[in-house]
Amino acid sequence: MASHLEETHISSYKSLFGVLLALLALTGVTVFASTIDIGSWNVALALLIASVKASFVALFFMHLKYESRFLKIMFIITLMFLGIIIGFIFWDVSFR
Amino acid sequence: MKGRDTMETHTDAAGIKLGMWIFLFSEIMLFGGLFVLYAVYLTTFTPDFVAGGKQLDLSAGAINTIILLISSFTMAASVTAMRRETKKKALVLLGLTLFFGALFLFNKYVEWGHKIEAGIYPNSPSLAAGPPGANIFFALYYIITGLHGLHVIIGMIVIGFGAAKVAMRGVSTRTHTLVENSGLYWHLVDMIWIFVFPLFYLVI
Repeated sequence: MASHLEETHISSYKSLFGVLLALLALTGVTVFASTIDIGSWNVALALLIASVKASFVALFFMHLKYESRFLKIMFIITLMFLGIIIGFIFWDVSFR
Repeated sequence: MKGRDTMETHTDAAGIKLGMWIFLFSEIMLFGGLFVLYAVYLTTFTPDFVAGGKQLDLSAGAINTIILLISSFTMAASVTAMRRETKKKALVLLGLTLFFGALFLFNKYVEWGHKIEAGIYPNSPSLAAGPPGANIFFALYYIITGLHGLHVIIGMIVIGFGAAKVAMRGVSTRTHTLVENSGLYWHLVDMIWIFVFPLFYLVI
């Protein structure tokens, strides 16, 4: 009953608050990063920071870190489908 | 009724959660599609998008980001309170989440109001006469933040419903699942905003 054990994990208020502080700090970082002009890399950097923030939300607030492997794989497959959509559309757009 | 209750608690909690996640995956694809639209037009009309982003109120966007992050924390904390069977604490935290959600919507309302007053809204004369890139930028701004705002409203209704159930019935597996799933929805809404904020308010 490994899944039952995983289900009983309770996130402490302290660790959740730590995640909040990290998210607020990263918000500050992304605002600061937008003030430095590095051309098109600004978008890439903003998306990277946003992805890190989203990962924090998914792993700790949404408890994904402690969910079954099945759910994690499903989550990753969803992101892969999103990647396929983005990839193919840009492939299409850039060769028009 | 009691018998049904226990049967459901044994079979459904994991299944309901899985169903919720599958629904959330479809939501990711929904917003993902809109973000792809944004990305394609950003590469086509980069200068217009940069100019459009500069017209948005950065401090309003940043404050709303902070509000939503804090609300996500209070939501996650309320799930912990439910697990520890501290009903009062869970209800206070759910109430705080609703409060921050309302604050977010109020800010958004003020922000949209300023933009509309300035003549920037879908099909407004100034946008229709301006460059097509600016028109597309603000169309996407209204569609994405509007759809996101709708999600905030739905999230608040679901959380309010869950809080009412907890207040009436106390902490049980059923009410716990309800709070947990409304929390998952709320966090997804937060996650989407995490991408909306830099894409619209911080474009360089």
